[in-house]
Amino acid sequence: MDFPLIAVLAATLTIATPLVFGALGALLGERTGVLNLGIEGTLYVGAFTGFLVAARTGSLTLAVLAAVLAGALGGALMALLTVSLGVNQHVAGIGTTLLLVAGSDFANRQMFGGGERTVTVTFDRFLAGGGLLAQYPMTYLGFFVLAPLVWWVLRSTGAGLRLTAVGENPEAADAAGISVPATRWAALVTGGALMGLGGSFLTLSLLGTFTLDIVSGRGWICIALVIFGRWKVWPIVAGALLFGLFEALQLQLAITPAFGSVPNELLIALPYLVVIAALAVRGRGVRYPGAYLTAYRRA
Amino acid sequence: MRFVLRAREPRWLAPAAVAVAVLVTLALTAGPIRLAGAAPVAAFERYVFTPLTTPNGIAEVLLSATPLLFTGLAVAIAFRVGYYNIGAEGQFLAGAIATTAMAFTAPDLPAVLALPLGVLAGALGGVVWAFLPALLRRRFGIDEVVTTLLLNPVAVLLLQGLLTGPWRNPVTGFPDSTSYGSGYELPALLGSRVHAGLLVGLVLVAVTGVVLWATPVGVRLRAVGQSPAAAGFSGIRVGVLQWRSALVSGAVAGVGGAVQVLGVQHQLTTSIAAGYGYTGVVVATLGGLSAVGVLAVAVLLGDVQVGAQSASISLQLPSQMGGVLSSVLLLTVVSAVAVRRYRLVRRRPRQPDPSEGPRAERPLQKVGG
Repeated sequence: MDFPLIAVLAATLTIATPLVFGALGALLGERTGVLNLGIEGTLYVGAFTGFLVAARTGSLTLAVLAAVLAGALGGALMALLTVSLGVNQHVAGIGTTLLLVAGSDFANRQMFGGGERTVTVTFDRFLAGGGLLAQYPMTYLGFFVLAPLVWWVLRSTGAGLRLTAVGENPEAADAAGISVPATRWAALVTGGALMGLGGSFLTLSLLGTFTLDIVSGRGWICIALVIFGRWKVWPIVAGALLFGLFEALQLQLAITPAFGSVPNELLIALPYLVVIAALAVRGRGVRYPGAYLTAYRRA
Repeated sequence: MRFVLRAREPRWLAPAAVAVAVLVTLALTAGPIRLAGAAPVAAFERYVFTPLTTPNGIAEVLLSATPLLFTGLAVAIAFRVGYYNIGAEGQFLAGAIATTAMAFTAPDLPAVLALPLGVLAGALGGVVWAFLPALLRRRFGIDEVVTTLLLNPVAVLLLQGLLTGPWRNPVTGFPDSTSYGSGYELPALLGSRVHAGLLVGLVLVAVTGVVLWATPVGVRLRAVGQSPAAAGFSGIRVGVLQWRSALVSGAVAGVGGAVQVLGVQHQLTTSIAAGYGYTGVVVATLGGLSAVGVLAVAVLLGDVQVGAQSASISLQLPSQMGGVLSSVLLLTVVSAVAVRRYRLVRRRPRQPDPSEGPRAERPLQKVGG
């Protein structure tokens, strides 16, 4: 049997897309020193809100905007808790995830609980039949617009340098006249918007519907990718592609007769284990942002 | 306006902060409840009080509280020493899986052997699941938050793989295991559905409380929890304590999974993956990482869970509202507790601190919270 290389590589790009959005969103927060464990819930609420608005209005534009807004609100909640109120970041993040997942499930049950599964309009792939290039618009946006943009902003703009300064040494940044709370708020809200957008990819591009547990740990993968990429844009994108490749291989193996006897779930677990293994190799002795996990208040 | 750290905290402040948080929670959740077409006051009554009005309701509350007691305790034990184990979900499931493996390996054991071995298997399963992140943290300094989180979906997949593969029910073909042998059944308490697993949990709560507050190890554990750096300087081996606490935490979560299958289901089903581990983070945090606190909050959230089920039937309020309520409560309480350490000062202190130098030299600037 021929190995469908092109199909696997095309699937790699598709699978990596929401991870690029989510991980770059998480990167913005972490560069300022805030770990956003609300990411799992923020992806989830983005996926649900996009689905909800698409189902109710039939407009993909409105749906994407709503998902971005929902994600930004998730980021704002995280900022309120960790930046303004000084809550422990782990607890605030898990709490945010629990709230957003429970809230989405509640709304889903309330609005779509009755009858059949609702299916919405979805984005079409560009260049259908174009092999590797037959991808959703969001994939192009993620790899060719978002990643270079975040890279450029972090590397070459005042805003990016302020972000890093706040994450490395908030006291010094504050003394230099940079507002630590405002910078962190901006990073978390923008990051949340990206997460919401990434979540909407699952419903508005891939599935066209919303299922419980639709995110299934992708948020945690994103957090791992940020560490794997050592808080740098291109290594994070490479990590997302690596994960995408393993997941695509797993999907291919699952329909390959020779592997028919291997339980499907073990193959699905493979990419998660690969990420842990990659962390075990690449995560040693990494240097975290200087103010990682610490709230800042003027003395 | 700006926040200033309080020099001294009045006694009433912490309880008052929690009370304010509860009121804020009620105010915030009243909106969605009304949107769902139910009366908020009636709903809150259902959630908190109705389950406690009948003996059967109280039994259901204790039954729901039992798994939360274990996962909450597991999380508290780890968080206490600054080891952020967010993998109680996976460790709980690994415990349930290991107990099931034990039950299928020796199905005919009498209860006197089967139950201790089943619980022990669960503890081992939890330890196995906690081992890798703890090892990576100890040997290579790799952040445990991510690795414990990533193993949660892996545990769910392992569960599903076993139930659709080797343990699939041969009679019905459903992804449920067959029932365990008759020895693998925790005795019920007082003729209700509450099972002896609750007693196991209470014993663990008592042991944890005694270890933390009445032993030399407890002094070291609390020292590490308050300030790892200071504890390290005073000669406490922080890494070793965190490593051991991580494994004990996994064992406690694993025992939780074991008693859940031995006491309630008597078989393994996918319904065991109900987020007990994540709720454990809520329980541990709201319980102030103390053993007694965990017990109290586990019962409270058990109460809300039972109430949410009853409200979904009587008020047509989706039961997910229970999850919304408990997560909002978590966020408001941690916020109130964090904020209470500060007091709000207008503009600038009336009496300038001498260490800050002459008043005139301080630049007048807008200061935010």
